Amino acid sequence: MTLSENSGEMLNITINGSPVKAEAGKTILEVAKDIGVDIPTLCYNPMLEAYGGCRLCVVEADLGRRKKIVTSCNYEIWEGLKVETDSQRVRRSRRMTIELLLARCPEVEFIKDLALKYGVHDPRFPLDHDDCLLCGLCVRICNERMGVGAASLVGRGAEAKMDTPYHIDSEVCITCGACVSICPAQTPRLKKISGREPIMQESEFELGLKARPNIYIPFAQALPNIPVIDRDNCVHFYNDACRACQDACPAGAIDYTQQDELIDLKVGAVILAPGFCAYDADQKPEMGLVKYPNVISSLQFERILSASGPFLGKVVRPSDKRKPDRIAFIQCIGSRERENNFCSSVCCMYAIKEAIIAREHEASITCSIFFMDIRAHGKGFDLYYERARELGIEFVRSRPFRVEEERDSRNLTLTYEGEDGGYNSREFDMLVLSTGLQPPKTSGEIAAKFGIETDCRGFALTRPFEPVSTTRDGIYVCGPFSEPKDIPETVVEASSAASCAMVALSESRGEDVTIFELPPERDITGEPPRIGIFVCHCGKNIGGVVDVPSVSNYAAGLPNVVYAEDNLYTCSSDTQAKIKDKIKEHGLNRVIVASCSPRTHEPLFQETLREAGLNPHLFEMANIRDQCSWVHMHEKVLATEKAKDLVRMAAAKVRLSQPVTSIRLPVNKRALIIGGGIAGLTSAVSIAGQGFETVLVEKSAGLGGNARELTTDLYGNDVASHLDALIKEAERNDLIQIMINSEIEHVDGFIGNFNTRIKTAGKNDYTEIEHGVALIATGAVASVPGEYLYGRNRNVKTILELSGEIDREDFIVPETAVFIQCVGSREDANMYCSRVCCRASIRNALKLKEKEEKTNIFILYRDIRTYGFSEEYYTLARERGINFIRYDLENKPEVSANGSGVSVKIYDSILKTGLNIKADLLVLASRIAPNPDNDELSKYFKVPLSSEKFFLESHVKLKPVDFATDGVFVCGLAHYPKNIRESISQAMAAGSRAVTVLSRDTIDAAGKVAVVRENRCSGCGACVQVCAYNAVSLDEERQLVTVNEALCKGCGACAASCRGGAISLRGFTDEQILTMLKNF
Amino acid sequence: MDGNSMWEPKIVAFLCNWCSYAGADLAGVSRIQYGPNIRIIRVPCSGRINPLYILKAFQNGADGVLVSGCHPGDCHYISGNLVARRKFTLLKNFLVYTGLEPERIQFSWVSASEGQRFAALMDKVIADVRKTGPMENQIKEPRLAYD
Repeated sequence: MTLSENSGEMLNITINGSPVKAEAGKTILEVAKDIGVDIPTLCYNPMLEAYGGCRLCVVEADLGRRKKIVTSCNYEIWEGLKVETDSQRVRRSRRMTIELLLARCPEVEFIKDLALKYGVHDPRFPLDHDDCLLCGLCVRICNERMGVGAASLVGRGAEAKMDTPYHIDSEVCITCGACVSICPAQTPRLKKISGREPIMQESEFELGLKARPNIYIPFAQALPNIPVIDRDNCVHFYNDACRACQDACPAGAIDYTQQDELIDLKVGAVILAPGFCAYDADQKPEMGLVKYPNVISSLQFERILSASGPFLGKVVRPSDKRKPDRIAFIQCIGSRERENNFCSSVCCMYAIKEAIIAREHEASITCSIFFMDIRAHGKGFDLYYERARELGIEFVRSRPFRVEEERDSRNLTLTYEGEDGGYNSREFDMLVLSTGLQPPKTSGEIAAKFGIETDCRGFALTRPFEPVSTTRDGIYVCGPFSEPKDIPETVVEASSAASCAMVALSESRGEDVTIFELPPERDITGEPPRIGIFVCHCGKNIGGVVDVPSVSNYAAGLPNVVYAEDNLYTCSSDTQAKIKDKIKEHGLNRVIVASCSPRTHEPLFQETLREAGLNPHLFEMANIRDQCSWVHMHEKVLATEKAKDLVRMAAAKVRLSQPVTSIRLPVNKRALIIGGGIAGLTSAVSIAGQGFETVLVEKSAGLGGNARELTTDLYGNDVASHLDALIKEAERNDLIQIMINSEIEHVDGFIGNFNTRIKTAGKNDYTEIEHGVALIATGAVASVPGEYLYGRNRNVKTILELSGEIDREDFIVPETAVFIQCVGSREDANMYCSRVCCRASIRNALKLKEKEEKTNIFILYRDIRTYGFSEEYYTLARERGINFIRYDLENKPEVSANGSGVSVKIYDSILKTGLNIKADLLVLASRIAPNPDNDELSKYFKVPLSSEKFFLESHVKLKPVDFATDGVFVCGLAHYPKNIRESISQAMAAGSRAVTVLSRDTIDAAGKVAVVRENRCSGCGACVQVCAYNAVSLDEERQLVTVNEALCKGCGACAASCRGGAISLRGFTDEQILTMLKNF
Repeated sequence: MDGNSMWEPKIVAFLCNWCSYAGADLAGVSRIQYGPNIRIIRVPCSGRINPLYILKAFQNGADGVLVSGCHPGDCHYISGNLVARRKFTLLKNFLVYTGLEPERIQFSWVSASEGQRFAALMDKVIADVRKTGPMENQIKEPRLAYD
């Protein structure tokens, strides 16, 4: 049965000698288009009534007694009609029309192209140089579709033209722009009608670099991936006319009557994640974003670099679409200034990234970054910064204050003060403004709606040691709404907000879950394959190009196929019911749907199979839409052939498909946390708060870790009392078992089923702990400086030592104190930033100033990295008279003993002179070094370390607390240096991620995993090396490998690496792929 | 073949599910046209592709083979694409050494957002292979562990 047999009366006609069946009522042009015969048109548009005015679409119709030239766009077919679309007579007629049009509009590209195609060169008629082809499309769309009728074609013959009544600017024109968009000559018709310049409807996603229609999919990967209508600008919502999109949609999905809905939800907690709003650089007219086209914002440049962006990844500047040879980035636009006294934290890195990518696209581009301090304080960032310098990206330490455009070249001249103090001017082809992060525009509205407080700028206020809790209980916040931050910190906060919400709601966990009952799976063992194939028309999407009934007929003849049919929409709910019926009726045990992408629709059909009692893996899809009909629209015959090939390949594959049952493993609902510092404690309290048992193992004799050394944080919050309260809370909680003086001796098992042996000092026995997840929170250590007289002069201290002493009663305030930053960080083997030292030094320097206003303080730094809101304290420190002197690695300070104190020699690049500072206190911001235990621990849990020896997470941006090995998580300083708030946030996130495992009773392994055929395995271990998840292991005794189904992610790298063909991947077996190759 | 008897190459493309297959889908959603000579085989990861498949594709009459995965660093399975890269560099060197034209065996990276790039890549591969001409049994049936 095919679909087409059900439709209206079918007529037999002949086009160019080939017989064609077509529906009555269609025109010759429509039928020709359907079968892929090309007929040129000008005045024809499927949205409008056929007009027959341009006479380009002429064809030769055989009327029996004579042949006649007719316009195919408005000539309806009749039974037995014979048509020639490309005969000599037709071509002669078209050539004449084209010659006349070319004489009228010799500059119009559309006609020039057509003339080339038909071999028309120099018209024999006098040239008019008009820009209007008189096709009437603009007039007709205005009248028929937009319901306006602002203009019409007036005059006759040579005098004909498009004009408004009385030749005056139209009063009825609604400036919708339909006339502009339909005009084949691309003439700005709107101006002639209304007297107004057409304005481009800017695509929000492309930040104004590209236009968009009023019905549009916001961006390529939008979820859901369906169009929306811009009701503010859509003509239909203005005057009820148009409806072009409704007529064009074969599924009838356009519903203009949809209204916004108000939905009442009863919830126990709210998480606010409204993101940020880029700083509006229009507020800085001196930087030229509004005035000069070649000054763009960093987000716009991000779009330009994107392969799917407005210029398809070509680096061009907006004014002339030419490659810019010199690009300058200007940092801190809307950050680190009086009105926005905070650092946006991300701009330095994104500017460096954009500069590197621009050079990757076009190696000849030079990039210069104008900056104040490079804030590369994140994991791996300093290495990236170094790489950028090696690649030749120029870094200029200056804040340009003026931008001027050169009139002819549209290049930009930048004026700035150089490091030598003199004014410099340099010309660039394009400027990128690194705009900062601002709170969302609706921040005030959000705050009022939810009853939370924001700071004066509109960022959400949070509590001192609860980084995601707003000022109102039960309402949490994550991401840059509370402070500008990068992606990893945002993702961490998202998980920690989830954790806070789950602690609050732990009692009602699982309450609203309904379990869907499925019929038992049919056992198909021993049955020969009985394949059912469903071929989809997808309205016109597939059916308009591919001959779907013939594909379905072809499929019916393939081996083992017992049923084939075609459907208008295979994904519709009535077809699902039909598929289930057919499975039962024909005893199908394999199913193929030939339609769209398995990436979007496979789960839907698999569910249908499962509901019909078939294993969902007895299913394949042939993608005959996204990868066939949509990309071969003009090659209908070849597209149909390809569709048949794809169906044949899928049938060959599914014939060998076997049911896949996912194995279920029980989950031990206990967490093991290694490390009793602030991160470990916070995780323990978070996991216990969600109702799960926790064992906290601490190597030393007491809890608290590095935080014990601190009294207050930068903002003056009392760290010590928070830590005390946290320790008490952990000790009091019955679900938390604390083991001090204890170390890990051995780890066995995998997610849900770990078994760890713990050795406690002073005890002879080991303790065996069974647990479902493990959290690594082993912290870091303060490195001991080997330079600047540390350890040899009592006036030299580390910043951590000073932090411990400064609040004591007997602390003597020095007359002169010098702080040296980056001691041991950002050089040689330790090319990373310790992240917290700039804040720590400024905090202690301010404390010294509070105690004694007259103290002289010098902070010797390389870049001040007070990211986020801590920038305020940098400003404050300068206001309080603290001296900041910058040094380079080539000119490091020199320290010597000097009587009762030390003297520090430093070259001041602003004063251009060497300084010799006599100080009675020298404070070293020493590096935060990874815990020496990391190496051993990483082997126990089979998780990797970074080159600096911190733990390496699964994905540095998107999975900041997970490891590639399931069931193991990381938080706190073990991951990378960070401040207390960030440690707390990450600890809660790790707790939240851990509970996603603990809250389950069983874990379903993916099912489509690797399996070992033991008789073929030689135990060479090649597969063990390629597995990124430690799922394959070598059984030394039996000389065989085994796959842990709970850890296997089904990538198949092991299968492809096996020399003996001993490993197979379920769902993608060698046999399946080879049979597809035989059938391609 | 649309009344045209000109020889057209047949090409097998192995695409990883997460990036390149998605890129091919995006080319479709964006209606970017390219030649109909490609038959796509979806695999979970480019690391899944056994070099044997490429030989088998040629044996079964393919005039060209394309393997495309995620960009380096973007692999859904952490490092599968890097494993694939090592393998195919070796295989390609070997096949070229045995006399196969390098245009017939191509590797690329296409991300899920690069629909345009995918279509351009398809046209490039088709044009390359078309220029090289039909395969004409260059690879004989060797005996392999699988047979």
